[in-house]
Amino acid sequence: MGRTLLDLLRFNRQFASGAALLLIVAAYACLSFFSPYAPNDTYVAPPDVPPDWTYLMGTTSRGQDLFWLLSFAIRNTLAFGLAVAVLSRLLALAIGLVAGYSGGLLDRALMSLNDTFIVIPLFPILVLFYFVMRDRMSWGLLALMMACLGWAYDARLIRSVAMSLRHREFTETGIFSGMSMRQILVEEHLPYVLPIVFSTTMNNINWSIGLEVTLSVLGFTDINTPTIGVLLYWANQHTALVSGIWWWIFFPVLLVVMTFIGLFLLAVSMNEYIDPRSRLGRRAP
Amino acid sequence: MKTYPTYILTRLGQFVLVVFIGINIAFIVTHSTPIDPVEQSIAAATQYGSTSPEAIALMRQSLKELYGLQGGLADQYFAFWRRILLGDFGPSLSAFPTPVSVLVGRALPWTAGLLLSSTLLTWVLGNLLGGLAGYYRQSRALRFAGILAMAFHPIPYYVVAFVLLIVFGYLWPILPLSGGYGMNMTRALSWGFIGSVALHSILPVLSLALVGLGGWFMGMRSLVSNIVTEDYVAYAELGGVKRSRILASYVMRNALVPQVTGLAMSLGAIFNGAIITEQVFGYPGVGTLLVSAVYAGDYSLVLGITTVSIVAVSLAVLLIDLCYPLIDPRVRAR
Repeated sequence: MGRTLLDLLRFNRQFASGAALLLIVAAYACLSFFSPYAPNDTYVAPPDVPPDWTYLMGTTSRGQDLFWLLSFAIRNTLAFGLAVAVLSRLLALAIGLVAGYSGGLLDRALMSLNDTFIVIPLFPILVLFYFVMRDRMSWGLLALMMACLGWAYDARLIRSVAMSLRHREFTETGIFSGMSMRQILVEEHLPYVLPIVFSTTMNNINWSIGLEVTLSVLGFTDINTPTIGVLLYWANQHTALVSGIWWWIFFPVLLVVMTFIGLFLLAVSMNEYIDPRSRLGRRAP
Repeated sequence: MKTYPTYILTRLGQFVLVVFIGINIAFIVTHSTPIDPVEQSIAAATQYGSTSPEAIALMRQSLKELYGLQGGLADQYFAFWRRILLGDFGPSLSAFPTPVSVLVGRALPWTAGLLLSSTLLTWVLGNLLGGLAGYYRQSRALRFAGILAMAFHPIPYYVVAFVLLIVFGYLWPILPLSGGYGMNMTRALSWGFIGSVALHSILPVLSLALVGLGGWFMGMRSLVSNIVTEDYVAYAELGGVKRSRILASYVMRNALVPQVTGLAMSLGAIFNGAIITEQVFGYPGVGTLLVSAVYAGDYSLVLGITTVSIVAVSLAVLLIDLCYPLIDPRVRAR
């Protein structure tokens, strides 16, 4: 795996630029640990100062130094995306591997459930969830809810690989040598689906951050934990655009777009690695 | 190979299952809250302005019924279903006493129109360009179009809509930003009104299309570049079939099959995007209604919109599935 990543970094421009973008974003998120202010402190700086050398990204109408505030926000946003991705990966792996391996009725039942989750529009359900939770809505609860809703697409992909593995010789050998189903799935099949899991993780983080930003901008989350969406929510509350505080909107949007494009480039280049046919197509005239 | 009737039956079964599970999720979500939803809703709905005690009593009654808080859990469950099957979500709290079904019915055509026009445009254009880009790999213009489409693809609908709003609202104000038609227009079937509707839909459709194009483009390009290497394409080329004909009926036709399945699978996500975009541009559809319902604390409206969206999206997916045999003759064949 390490060698592959190094090769990708050296020979694949998409992977390299995606990794570079994410590295910048991650390094910036780490700066939050050195912030002189607590994330929810307000009026620690003069309000509405445009970007200059003291306040690199300007200050907000609530008297926050945007540079440090944004580092907290991107850290929370990234952590949120990772949490959703890890949780939903567990679900997707379990369901995809079991469905692909067992086949038959269980597979049909699981895939019907799977298709249902793909079809259902999730945004209204998340809004309904916020509506009944209100003040109890928290960052973790939302992550848990989104993980429960966001596994389906990838479970289908994992299942299709698991199905082909089912009829490979080493699976038969495993069965005859008395391995349990859990052992076969975890020790034999898991390594084969890991590249796919990696690429779908990137897409899933993109998906969950996108939804989180949307929900937060509308105020449908815990608006006291700074994330990129919450930052934009407060900017809208203070009508930052109308009063010309463009930096309050510009920097969060720029940062989150960098994150999206970085993750997307990683996912695309990983797909290319998984499916070598497209690599060949690239060189063809 | 499955026959057409069995195909339709399985799809119908899947449709019923989707609606069933979707409504169950809605039920679980509404019953997962630790707060007393009835009192909270009333507090939120009556927060501003005074409401008469009779109206509050009526609200409490209808809310209790609506939240299904009367009787045991089984009773609650069946009462929930009864309301949904009858399409009766009671009166809206924020627009008391207009029934929720009327409000949703008024907003649904706008969302359906927005969704239909933007999805058709995006899907057709994305597949066409993607197909061309996969077939004519040397073309610089197509390669550039691909990079552009891919750059927008990973950005969520909200951010793209928001940026368009800034660009066309503050930097270059040439298009109407908000609403479904001009304020001074009367709703009539006249050219002026239709023109106004079209003008107001440009920005929402544009933001949906910018995000959506990349996915179809990339999918089609990789499908086509795989099909191009097939023997039958090489044979057709050697046989002197015109290139345009090869592209249209040998290559694209085959590549379209998975793209239709893809459309059915991503419709839910596109719907999410549409209602978010509506909210940004104040488009009078379901999305704007949903968000304002949450702000107004209007539970019956939120629940109504959620369930109607689940049913409507599954219905649209069913329709796409039923059209599927038209492009894939294998399903039709015995």
